[in-house]
Amino acid sequence: MSNKEYKLLQGNEACVEGAIAAGMRFFAGYPITPSTEIAELSAQKLPKYGGKFIQMEDELSSMAAIIGASLTGIKSMTATSGPGFSLMQENLGYACITEVPCVVANVQRGGPSTGLPTSPAQGDVMQAKWGTHGDHPVIALTPNSVQETYEITITAFNLAEKYRTPVILLMDETVGHMREKLILKDPSEIKVINRKKPTCKPEDYVAYRADEDLIPPMASFGEGYRYHVTGLTHDETGFPTNNNEISGKLIERLNNKVEKNIGEMSYYEEYELEDAEIVIVAFGGVSRSAKSAIDEMRRNGKKVGLFRPITIWPILEKQINKISEKSKEIYVAEMNLGQYFLEVDRIAGKKCPVNKICKVTGELITPNEIINAIYGGK
Amino acid sequence: MNASEITKKYYRADKLPHIWCPGCGHGTLLNTVVRAIDKLGLNKDDVCIVSGIGCSSRASGYLDFNTLHTTHGRALAFATGIKHANPKLHVIVITGDGDASAIGGNHLIHAARRNIDITTICFNNNIYGMTGGQYSPTTPIGDFATTAPYGNIDKPFDLCNLAQGAGASYVGRGTAYHAQLMQKLIENGIQNKGFSFVEGLSLCPTYYGRKNKKGSAVKMHTFLKDHCVDKKIVDKKPEMAENKIIIGELYNNQKPEYTDNYKVIIDKFHNY
Amino acid sequence: MFQRIEMRLSGSGGQGVILAAIIFADAAIEYGLNAIQTQSYGPEARGGASKSEVIISKDEIKYPKVINCNILLALTQKSYDKYVATLDKNGILVVDKSVNVNEDVSYKVYKIPIIETAKNKIGTHMVANIVSVGALYALLEDGVIDMKAIKKSISERVPPGTIDKNISAFEEGIKLIKG
Repeated sequence: MSNKEYKLLQGNEACVEGAIAAGMRFFAGYPITPSTEIAELSAQKLPKYGGKFIQMEDELSSMAAIIGASLTGIKSMTATSGPGFSLMQENLGYACITEVPCVVANVQRGGPSTGLPTSPAQGDVMQAKWGTHGDHPVIALTPNSVQETYEITITAFNLAEKYRTPVILLMDETVGHMREKLILKDPSEIKVINRKKPTCKPEDYVAYRADEDLIPPMASFGEGYRYHVTGLTHDETGFPTNNNEISGKLIERLNNKVEKNIGEMSYYEEYELEDAEIVIVAFGGVSRSAKSAIDEMRRNGKKVGLFRPITIWPILEKQINKISEKSKEIYVAEMNLGQYFLEVDRIAGKKCPVNKICKVTGELITPNEIINAIYGGK
Repeated sequence: MNASEITKKYYRADKLPHIWCPGCGHGTLLNTVVRAIDKLGLNKDDVCIVSGIGCSSRASGYLDFNTLHTTHGRALAFATGIKHANPKLHVIVITGDGDASAIGGNHLIHAARRNIDITTICFNNNIYGMTGGQYSPTTPIGDFATTAPYGNIDKPFDLCNLAQGAGASYVGRGTAYHAQLMQKLIENGIQNKGFSFVEGLSLCPTYYGRKNKKGSAVKMHTFLKDHCVDKKIVDKKPEMAENKIIIGELYNNQKPEYTDNYKVIIDKFHNY
Repeated sequence: MFQRIEMRLSGSGGQGVILAAIIFADAAIEYGLNAIQTQSYGPEARGGASKSEVIISKDEIKYPKVINCNILLALTQKSYDKYVATLDKNGILVVDKSVNVNEDVSYKVYKIPIIETAKNKIGTHMVANIVSVGALYALLEDGVIDMKAIKKSISERVPPGTIDKNISAFEEGIKLIKG
């Protein structure tokens, strides 16, 4: 593969290219618009790499199958959209508490329920964080272009492997279905992280004893390290416990391994932000509308900039805080009724006004709608 | 191998005693699983036990293999991922009647349909024991449960017929009383290259027995002894089936297996 | 000098307007330009209204959808009725002969027998989308995309075994504009 190789691809297809480059060799999924191309291309490509594809009977089992595959040491993923993402929540929680690396792409469409299957939305921001019950770590990443989908999918696998936790690729229909130029990277340019394995003898292996980095080394089933995995709250041996102190410590460690390493997973873009008095916060497809709106407003002398979180979860508290100290006003533009807004307002609301620009019609917010909202405020 | 050697070799002794009630059939059934694995001489590192949620599914924690205690009903879906990703592993699912056929019914029929090489052993005690005695998809009509205070009106599943109809290539039924038969069926199931379903009739003296005035655990075992007849006998004398539960090897028919079929695709297209 | 063009291709589901837009985007990036292709369609695979958009630009394309529609293709009356109002007043409208249009307008109108040409000259209405590609290509400023790039793109995107037929369809489309 030469580093100049490029293709016109959909975001969904770029996701598969990235996943395979990151080492994905197992995909289980269930067809659902607008994510199906991810399954289709995985079905086509994986056997060529000696990998496995399976179309499961539903999204519950798809999520279960990728966890099972990952336990044998194979990097795995699934892809879905809102209704399927709802069904995956059960085993997403299981992957969190059992610390099994995997990647879940959710190409968001209009909801709730069956909603608008072929239309874009960003209504799963909060579901990505709180969809499964209990306090648990979540890493969710949102690309805004075909190229970035490719690259951020590789990052998603790397984070999943490094932190032993599911990583959600929170895409939207706009990015999933748009076709753009993708420049494929040479494998030598791609940084691939693999999960930490035990170095001790099997008889000395304590499956859930974390190292100083809060992450336990992970053995694969079939390697001689026979251990127990359960969704019940467990002690460091991996067996169920009702001990209150141990239970509390487990949940704290699971969350801390992400929260304390937030600096290692804070991806974002700043556009025309240096002297901006008004800051638009937007992500995914909407961030592209925001950039066009900013170009237009800058031509008219208005000092507007964009803060684009690529890491949606954990929340980029430090960066949002910094913006609130510098700017006069913040606008959060998103294809929902104000989900990410809640977080921005919580962090920035005491220092500057935070407004929302929302749209749930199943269409991408246009640059004009952003411009009108901002001028309307003056 | 005697009982204490079996225990030493295959059980996680520090996790015993198990949680099952006195008289419960699950302990006997679990022992038949272990003895079958021992008889076949499987390497412990290559055996993966997957279970769901419920009384039966606690079994995985007691055994010294690669063990996965999953979510309710989903054991077969996890097991499918494991087997497909690493076909060298012997994947054995231990499940219960509610786990396998209510919340997990869809996964059961689809794993059977694919004929993926997984051996599923269902400890059927006709009740939800872990949650305190609610009726399950195998509770007979008219029986009582905490959620069927006026008698159950749901028609029960015949789990073996269900698995066979869905595409399993090996199906058998044993009981907690007929332990040797049960062990043999599990051995055959593990050796079968394809989806095997072995139902083990268990008994729950604590909930099902008490609710339905079935008497002591001994009496419930005696019931299994007196009311079951092997398919081999019925095949010769059909009249023997009357009012009896048919046990033994019920179906054995080799079919193409899922991971084998997928390997054909990989062998043909693998080029990177 | 060419800087940016925004095209909207519409018809009924199954007519292949999405593929037509992909061919333009593909050819544009092959030719070293930026391009982005998007689409919207109903949940059904066939029969509903289908719309595909392509933006070709020398600069980075941010907002991915059409704002100033420079060229509109409408293969059906329904798609013409739905999208004609979005056409730039100095733009170009290309419609199939079967579509009734308002001719008292500021944009240029090309009412041409796209579907008939596909049927009569090539032998199948299936290639109406590629006839359209030829017509639209002929209307682009010279040098926006070169001939080699667009033919390569057609050859790579149509089913193998139909390449010659589709290249002929493309050339027939050019003739509908250039004569």
